Amino acid sequence: MRHARVIHQGVTRDATERDGQLLLADGRLVAFDAVTWLPPLAPVPRARTILALGLNYADHARELAFKPPAEPLAFLKGEGTLTGHRQFTRRPAGVQFMHYECELAVVIGKTAKGVRQADAYDFIGGYTVANDYAIRDYLENWYRPNLRVKNRDTCTPLGPWRVDASDVADPMQLALQTTVNGQLTQQGNTRDMVFSVPFLIEYFSSFMTLSPGDLILTGTPDGVVDCRPGDVVVTEIERIGALVNTLQGDPS
Amino acid sequence: MSFRPTGTVYGVLLNFRAEWDALAPQMNEAPYKAPPSAPVLYVKTANTFSAHGSAIALPADVPEVEVGATIGLVMGDAGRVDGCVLMNDLSVPHANFYRPPVKAKCRDGFLGVGARLRTDGVDPASVVLEVHIDGELRQRADFSQLMHSPAQLLSALGSFMTLAPGDVLMLGCDAGRPLARAGQRIDISATGFDVLSSTLQGSPS
Repeated sequence: MRHARVIHQGVTRDATERDGQLLLADGRLVAFDAVTWLPPLAPVPRARTILALGLNYADHARELAFKPPAEPLAFLKGEGTLTGHRQFTRRPAGVQFMHYECELAVVIGKTAKGVRQADAYDFIGGYTVANDYAIRDYLENWYRPNLRVKNRDTCTPLGPWRVDASDVADPMQLALQTTVNGQLTQQGNTRDMVFSVPFLIEYFSSFMTLSPGDLILTGTPDGVVDCRPGDVVVTEIERIGALVNTLQGDPS
Repeated sequence: MSFRPTGTVYGVLLNFRAEWDALAPQMNEAPYKAPPSAPVLYVKTANTFSAHGSAIALPADVPEVEVGATIGLVMGDAGRVDGCVLMNDLSVPHANFYRPPVKAKCRDGFLGVGARLRTDGVDPASVVLEVHIDGELRQRADFSQLMHSPAQLLSALGSFMTLAPGDVLMLGCDAGRPLARAGQRIDISATGFDVLSSTLQGSPS
């Protein structure tokens, strides 16, 4: 099943996909463009842990002139950086290089501590698509990438759907692609991850307990390009969904 | 009821003058190549939160932890600060600050959280924290020695991210952070604050 979280007529509601429309929890069917899309996540009782991976596709590491890491390169985000499908992301004035990153996002389904790779799929609730925007102008070599690069308001669109894990037979065989204004700019497949989803769950849960609703953004393949205000960026993953985002410039 | 963070907890590296000065000779060398031009931030995840009085289990691969005595600003509505609270931002000791410190700072239990939010509008610059380990004074952290004042930090963060109600911004940990091991008791105290105590335990083998 595909789950969404939307604002309809001013009220936040859970919804599911039904024949190209949204089935609201109260039984009404509404069109996709009749709602404001939120990240497709249930609220959690305490701060959501949002882990993200850098350099987790060998081709992207080469593109950025890095060796693939021997241990996952992980960083963290706060929930404030998330935004929904069909929303706007700010590109600050004067920035030279701001790029999208199409990523498979894993939603943890149950408390995970000391999980072994072989059991990792039991701890996954579902999957969604993340666009982990980065502004390379702000990169510095201190706890890199730091929050000014990766934790900006609206800079992590997520959605449109949270797809139940049981509906995704093999998350390590999914095509990813990004288009900018309809032009294909990024293509890859989750099979080319340096550290697979089961590996990452074993790795993180070996030193920190993950809770239901926590996220792991699993990194992006080769093919990131600078995007300008007004560009429509669609990050899409086979079987998971197509996440639409529009870049917005600062008012001049 | 005891205070417990409801939002995301952020920390900042190199925000004490002595901490900055100690690293300054390396700042232009690899891997850093330049001093940071903006506050260097990190996140303490919710699995780290430990209430006052808790026993914190050290993982088997961590014989000693670095004690990070600090003050957390707890955010209210519209970017206002609701109050402040003592925190113990524990880290696996690490001398390289190139990559984000997830494995060093986000172990289960690695953030001691004071029981009471102080809401009398105290100026953090007037606070001196003391760290006692097994009753012995091991550090004094004088918050008049910050590189970026709370107002400057809030303004720097506010240029790119919004701190939501319940989020916490920790003001930094001074140089000379003491180390502690399993079996030891850590008390962080300051005039006007309730003491924040934690006991370190070995991990069950």
